[in-house]
Amino acid sequence: MPDQTVLSLRDVTLSFGPKIIQKNISLDVRKGSIFAVMGGSGCGKSTLLKSMIGLLRPSVGEYHVGNENYWAGTDAHRTDLNHRFGVLFQSGALWSSMTIGENIALPLQMFTDLKPPVIRRLVELKLGFVGMLQAIDLYPSEISGGMRKRAGLARALALDPDILFFDEPSAGLDPITSARLDDLILNLRDGLGATIVIVSHELSSLFHIADDGIFLDAKTKIPIAHGSPRDLRDTCTDPQVHAFMHRERDDEEGNT
Amino acid sequence: MPYLAVVARHQAPFFSNVTSSQPFHSFIESGNVRTGNAESMTDKTNTGPSSNASDSTPQWRLEDEQNATLMVLSGIWQAKTGAIPVFPKDGLPKTPGGHLSFQTSGVQAWDTGLIAFLWDLKRVAHDAGISLDMQTLPGPMRQLLELLPEAPDDPVHHKAPRTPFLEAVGRHSIASMTEVGVVSELAALTAKGAVQTILRRSRMRLSDLLANTCDAGPNALLIVGIVNFLIGAILAFVGAVELQKFAAGVYVASLVGIAMVREMAAVMTAIIMAGRTGGAYAARISTMQGNEEIDALNVFGIQPSTYLILPAVLSLIITMPFLYLYGCLIGMLGGFVVSISMLDITAAGYFHQTVTSFGIGQFIFGFVKSIVFGAFIGLTSCRIGLKAGRSAADVGIAATRAVVVGIVGVIAIDAIFAVIADVLGI
Ligand SMILES: Nc1ncnc2c1ncn2[C@@H]1O[C@H](COP(=O)(O)OP(=O)(O)O)[C@@H](O)[C@H]1O
Ligand SMILES: [Mg+2]
Repeated sequence: MPDQTVLSLRDVTLSFGPKIIQKNISLDVRKGSIFAVMGGSGCGKSTLLKSMIGLLRPSVGEYHVGNENYWAGTDAHRTDLNHRFGVLFQSGALWSSMTIGENIALPLQMFTDLKPPVIRRLVELKLGFVGMLQAIDLYPSEISGGMRKRAGLARALALDPDILFFDEPSAGLDPITSARLDDLILNLRDGLGATIVIVSHELSSLFHIADDGIFLDAKTKIPIAHGSPRDLRDTCTDPQVHAFMHRERDDEEGNT
Repeated sequence: MPYLAVVARHQAPFFSNVTSSQPFHSFIESGNVRTGNAESMTDKTNTGPSSNASDSTPQWRLEDEQNATLMVLSGIWQAKTGAIPVFPKDGLPKTPGGHLSFQTSGVQAWDTGLIAFLWDLKRVAHDAGISLDMQTLPGPMRQLLELLPEAPDDPVHHKAPRTPFLEAVGRHSIASMTEVGVVSELAALTAKGAVQTILRRSRMRLSDLLANTCDAGPNALLIVGIVNFLIGAILAFVGAVELQKFAAGVYVASLVGIAMVREMAAVMTAIIMAGRTGGAYAARISTMQGNEEIDALNVFGIQPSTYLILPAVLSLIITMPFLYLYGCLIGMLGGFVVSISMLDITAAGYFHQTVTSFGIGQFIFGFVKSIVFGAFIGLTSCRIGLKAGRSAADVGIAATRAVVVGIVGVIAIDAIFAVIADVLGI
């Protein structure tokens, strides 16, 4: 089993200067799984994601990607490892002075020797996956928030990464688009064999897609539960996790 | 190749490769794809890469079976190799109601490159009326392929209409005239905001004014001081060399005094402020524009003219005269240092000559100019920020434009003042 772990954190503490955000984080993300990072607003989910994509060095603890110690190597080595990552940022983070197509083409232009027509074809494909072909020549300021999310997702797929990080992919999307996005994420996992780490508040989507996870607590600043959202919903006795998992569940049952 | 031209001009329709009549072959990557497939169409097999290529190259082959076509795929289909073939647009005969199934057992490795090929195939099959037997594809490939549309909508794209030269000139002229109007209107709105603030019917926050004033005033002292000191010193230097020849060295003091008071202190200070403060205002406001912050202000009914522009303009109007006075003094100090060290003048003599060289009228002239410069820089840079587009590049453009317009405008206004002064005989 251990060789199946793609990402692992050991006793990691995350802090901004003296301000500790989360401590004692240990987790293993299995290959091909969809790993959910859950918790109340402001508890450090985005910060945890940030540390996993190499933007924030943990003040304590170790981070392994595959068999490699992420922070032990050189910058160049980290850049190589980062090419295994595809990231969808919370706000999309599209480069505003480029069209959607150019946004997706840029990593391909920078890191492959492919010719422009080939790159175009791949850009077209990635946008096709997220149903955004018609927006290829538009600028980020000309499309809606949900479309920006999807374009960000297409950009995350640009280099065919095997580990994807999504920060609240369905926040701000309508239920239909959001459900479609869930299916897309499952398709990408099954189709590309990618491993996915996802930060989300959308319980219905978490129950649907995630098969492992961690629950961070804002007050005590430590993870308080590990496991898939479904299991946490059904078996976890921690009152906070219970409240988080059930408030929405009641709504959901009322609706369906 | 027209397609490359399309790539270069990103506004061009992206799908021209799909919709144009130009055959796909023209941008097939590797040389080992048979493009003139006349013969391969006649014998019942249409092959992709030739079969003597090494095992790892992506290869495809169409085989005719009794009532269906079979697509046989083999090799390594990875996008980053750049060797993924394009399925030819005329690769399938038009047989409505036909079926196409897949045999993928020969595929050693694949990623989205294979899906790109299958997508080509899917679109061609759709056009030819052939249905794909998706069940014969492995699950992952099928799931990804099913996400892709077979007949995509036309992309929305920008048209850049070409305007004739004269029309363009006309448009630009009208646009610049309009711009003058808009800036005047903005000035009027800002002035109205000021009046309303005084009448307490609308409010500008004093803290904003204070912060802006602090930035435009005390924080600018060092650079304004350095520049004016050097200007004064340079004037004294140039003057000293010439005036000494006529044994009129003491008039260096008058030269420096009049030049600083009438022109240099006001203009130099304004240019510095256009560079540092004007650029900063434009960048800040255009960033707010990009984040929809200005929209948020408008929705609350907070007038950007009162909330943002008034403190910006006011802070420049308040600080510029002081910076002007300060610039005059420092400039004269610069002249003094050079004169004392180069010429045979006493400190008292220099001081006396300076004081008698200009009247209070010239001081007022410079003072008024600096206020006008301040208002001009504040208004134009805010206007440029408000007008900016919403991308990161637009912020840079706005900041640059604010600096350029500020500097050119200050010099132009100074020229106008010079003419007025001449007429009035100041
Ligand atoms: N760059 C930063 N510097 C200092 N503190 C930060 C920074 N980014 C986030 N924080 C703090 O870290 C905490 C967690 O933030 P975040 O990870 O964004 O929360 P969320 O779980 O909602 O994604 C918050 O208290 C936030 O104030
Ligand atoms: Mg967050």
